[in-house]
Amino acid sequence: MAYEDYALLIDYKYCSNCHTCEVACKNHLQLTLGKEIDLAKTPGIVVLEYGPFHLEEGNPDAWDWKYIPTPTAMCDLCVDRLDAGKKPTCVHHCLANCMDYGPIEDMAKKALEIGHKVCIFKP
Amino acid sequence: MAMSREWRRENPDGSVTVRSCCWSPPGDHPVGCGMLLTVKDGKLIDVEGDPEHSITNGRLCIRALDLPEVVHSPSRIVYPMKRDPKDRGKDKWEQITWDEAFDLVCSKVNYMKENYGAESILVFGGTGREACIYYYPLGFSTLQTPNVCYAQSGWSCYGPRCSITDYILGAGYPEIDFAGYFEDRFNNPEFELPKYVVCWGKMPLASNGDGLFGHALIDMMKLGTKIIMIDPRITWLGAMEGNINLQIKPGTDAAIGLGLANVIITEGLQDQEWIDNWCFGWDEFKERCLEYTPEKVEEMTWAPAEQIRKVARMMAEKPVSIAWGLAVDQNPNGTQVGHITIALAAITGNIDIPGGLTLGPPSSLLGKWRMETRKDLAPELWDKRLGAKEYPALSNAMATTHPDFTLDVLETDQPYKIHMLWFNSSNLLAPTCSAAPIRWHDAFLRTDFNVVQDLFMTPTAMAAADVFLPLPTVAEHDGIVITHYGRNTVFLGAMNEALRVGETKSDVEICIEFGKRLNNAGPDGTSTWNMFEGDHRSEFVPNFFTNQTKPELGFDFDELRAIGLYQPGYDYRKYEKGLLRFDGEPGFNTVTGLVELYSTLFDAWGEDPLPYFEEPRWSPVSHPELADKYPLMMTSGSREYCSFHSEHRMFPTLRHFRQVPDIEIHPDTAAKYGIEEGDWVEVENPFGRARQKAHLVITIDPRVVHCRHGWWYPEQDGEEPNLFGVWKSNVNNLVPHFEIGRLGFGAPFKSVFCSIKKVDDLHGLEVKKSYDIIKEQAELNEQEGVEIQFTNLHTDHRII
Repeated sequence: MAYEDYALLIDYKYCSNCHTCEVACKNHLQLTLGKEIDLAKTPGIVVLEYGPFHLEEGNPDAWDWKYIPTPTAMCDLCVDRLDAGKKPTCVHHCLANCMDYGPIEDMAKKALEIGHKVCIFKP
Repeated sequence: MAMSREWRRENPDGSVTVRSCCWSPPGDHPVGCGMLLTVKDGKLIDVEGDPEHSITNGRLCIRALDLPEVVHSPSRIVYPMKRDPKDRGKDKWEQITWDEAFDLVCSKVNYMKENYGAESILVFGGTGREACIYYYPLGFSTLQTPNVCYAQSGWSCYGPRCSITDYILGAGYPEIDFAGYFEDRFNNPEFELPKYVVCWGKMPLASNGDGLFGHALIDMMKLGTKIIMIDPRITWLGAMEGNINLQIKPGTDAAIGLGLANVIITEGLQDQEWIDNWCFGWDEFKERCLEYTPEKVEEMTWAPAEQIRKVARMMAEKPVSIAWGLAVDQNPNGTQVGHITIALAAITGNIDIPGGLTLGPPSSLLGKWRMETRKDLAPELWDKRLGAKEYPALSNAMATTHPDFTLDVLETDQPYKIHMLWFNSSNLLAPTCSAAPIRWHDAFLRTDFNVVQDLFMTPTAMAAADVFLPLPTVAEHDGIVITHYGRNTVFLGAMNEALRVGETKSDVEICIEFGKRLNNAGPDGTSTWNMFEGDHRSEFVPNFFTNQTKPELGFDFDELRAIGLYQPGYDYRKYEKGLLRFDGEPGFNTVTGLVELYSTLFDAWGEDPLPYFEEPRWSPVSHPELADKYPLMMTSGSREYCSFHSEHRMFPTLRHFRQVPDIEIHPDTAAKYGIEEGDWVEVENPFGRARQKAHLVITIDPRVVHCRHGWWYPEQDGEEPNLFGVWKSNVNNLVPHFEIGRLGFGAPFKSVFCSIKKVDDLHGLEVKKSYDIIKEQAELNEQEGVEIQFTNLHTDHRII
C-alpha cells in the first residue's frame, strides 16, 4: 500500500488531553467499519498520562505532567481519508494542533526542528 | 473574505453536507467552531471540522464530534408533552401536538396576565447556551413580563464582570487579544503577540468562556507567549514548561490583585503617563494598594511573597493580556476582584493595545432583540422588576431580576405572587445556576403552571414542568453565533440547519411563534412579532436575523451563510479616537470619562470606592467557632472537555471520560481521613452534603478540596424523590442562599469551608435542610451546636 512509510508525529508537550483524537477516531472507525466502537474496549488511539511530578520542592513552576496520544491495534492509518487528500482524523481535529502525519523521513526532520518533547509512532 | 466552499453541498452519494458554526443546544459557549455536517436519509452521519474556519482551522472538541450520538440519542424528547400539575415529579407525560401546546400555553399566559398581571410570569435563563440571547426577548416581548431571571446566587456568572466593566472601564467585555478579529490572525500587521497571558480563575482550554477559543492559548504559546495561572489548583496549563503559577487559597483573589499592584507601585513599574492621562483616583488607589504588602498577602492567600513579586514584574511588561474568569463572579468579594483586575491592566498601560486587553464598544452588537426589547414594557410594569430598586448596581447594568431576591419572592409571595414559570434552557436544580437548589425546587412547586424548553428530561423538568417544549440541537436549526453575546464581537458566524428530527422548535422560533399568537402590543400599540414575515421557520427566522444584520453590518442572513464567518477587524486604542463614548469624545464611557481606579458609582451605592480584600465569609478563619468541624476549603466548578456544566451526562461516548464526579484531595489530607483513591467521600458543611469519588492529587493544597459541579444521573430513577439522583452529588447544596456582595453580585460557589469523610457508596446520603442564614439562625445554631457569628449583611433587603 501507498502509505507504508508514513508515521505519526506528536509534539506531546502541547497535548492537552482534550480526547479529540479518541472521539474523532471512533467516529471514523464507525463510519468505515459500519459498526459501533466502544471506547473502553476497541479504541483506535488512546491518550496516556504521566505525572504530575513536582520536580523541585518550593518551586511552584517546576512540574512534569504530560499526555501522549498512542495509536492502538485498531488504527487503520485513515487510509481512505489520505486517499481523499485529507489528513488522518486525529491529526485534522487535534485541538492543540500537536499531531502530524507523513513520510517517516519528513516526520524525523520535523521532530529535529521541534527539538524536544516530541515522539514519532509507526503504527 | 468569504469562505470558498458553498454552505450547502450535495454529495455524489446523495448525502448533503452543510457548513455551520457551532453553538448550542446542547450547551456550549458561542465559540462558533467551524464544522461540516453530513446528512444522509434523515440521519446526521458525520461531523468534520471545517479547515476554512480561520480560528478553529478544522479542529473540534469532543462535544461537537459527538453530535451524531446527541442528535439521534434514544432519550431525546422530540415532541411537545404535557402533564397534569398534580402529577409533577411523576413520569406521567402525554405527547401533544404543537397546536395543543400553543393553545394550552397561550391560554395560561393570557389567564395569568388578566388575573394577576404579567409580572406574575417569571422566565429563567440558563448559562452559555444560545438561549442567553433569547430569554430576554422571550420574557420582555413575547410574554411581556418584566421578570427575567438568571437564578445563580449573586448573578455569579459573567454579569458581574460586565457590570463592573461598565462602571469602572465604560466599555464592552475585556477579552484577551488572540487576533480573532482578523482573517489573517497572528499574521495581521497590527497584532502583537502578548508576552504573557494571565489566566485568572479561568482555564480556557476546557471552558472556552463566552467565545474565547481556549486552544488559541496553545497556538500563542507555540509563538512564544507564556501563561501565568492564578488558581487554587496547579492545572496542566500552568504545569507546562515555562509557565508560571500563583496557587492561592480559594476566594482570596482580591488580596492577590492588591498585592500585585503593591509590588508594581513600590517598585515604580507602573505606566505613569498612561495613568496620568486616562485614570481617575490614582492617589487614593495607590494608598490602598500600599496596605497590601506581599508578605501580608501571603498570609491571606498562601501564595509565596516572592512568587507574587515575580508575577507582578511580569504583568508590568507590555503587552500583557488578562483572561479573567468565573472566579471573579463566584465570590462575594468579586466586585473588588474585577475592579483590581481592570486596574492592573490600566496601571500597566495594557488596555486596548495590540496583544493587551481588547475592549468591545459600550453598546452590544445586534442587541435590538435582546435587552432593548424591555422597551416593549410599559414603565409601570418595568418598575415591578424584582429586586431592581434594592440592587441598583445590578439592575442598572443587567436587565434581569436580582436572583436571590427572586427566590425570596417565590418562597414568600411578597411583594406579589409568581404564578407561572418558564425555563428557557435551564436545568437549575442540577444545578450550576443556583445556590441552595433544594429551596428553588420547593419554590417551583408553589406555582400554578410551568413550561420547560430543553432537549432531554432533566431533574428540573421532571420536578416542576407541566408542559415540555422540545428544542432542536445545534445541527437542526438556523441561528447566529456571536462572541460575548455582542459585547466584544471577535466574530459572527452562521449556524445552519442540516436536518431536523421530530417536531421541535428553536428558541428564536418559540419567541416569534408565541409572539405572533399572543399578538402582543407594546406601549405604542404596535405589534412586536408580526413584523417577521412568513408562516414557516425557513422564512421568519432568516428574516429575524436579516432585520438585525442588515442595518448594523450591511449584509443579510443568507449572505452571512455564504461568508461563513464575519470577522470585523479591530480598532486599537479606541479611547484615543473617541470610539468608546457615545459623545465621540476621547476617553472611556464612565462617569469621569476615565478608567476609575476610584469608583464614583460604588461610592454612591454605599460600597467602598476602592478595591479591598474580604476573607471568605464561611471559612475556618472567618468562623473560628466552626473551624474544627469544617477545617477544609471547598472550591468547585472547574470544567472538563466531556461535558458542559450539567449537560452531556447521557451520551456513552462522553460519559466514558467521566463516569462519576470526583473530589480532588491532597494525598496527605486523604491519609488523615483514611480516604484512598476511588473511595466515595461525603463532603459537608452547615448548608448541605454531597457525595463524590476521591481522586488524590498533589496539584491541590492540602487545606483545599475541589468538587465537580452539575452532576445528576440520567440512568437513575427520574421520579421524585430521586429525580435522577440530583441531590446525591450536588455541591451547590453547600452554598448558602443570599450570601452575596454588598452591591448584589457574587456568591461563594468556589470558597466555602467543609469537612470530608469516607462513605460506602453514592447512595444513602441524607439530604440536609437548607437553612437560611438570616431567617433560620436559631435552627443553624442548634444544628451545629454552637453560637454562630452571623454578619447579617443583607437583612434590609430580605423579605422576612
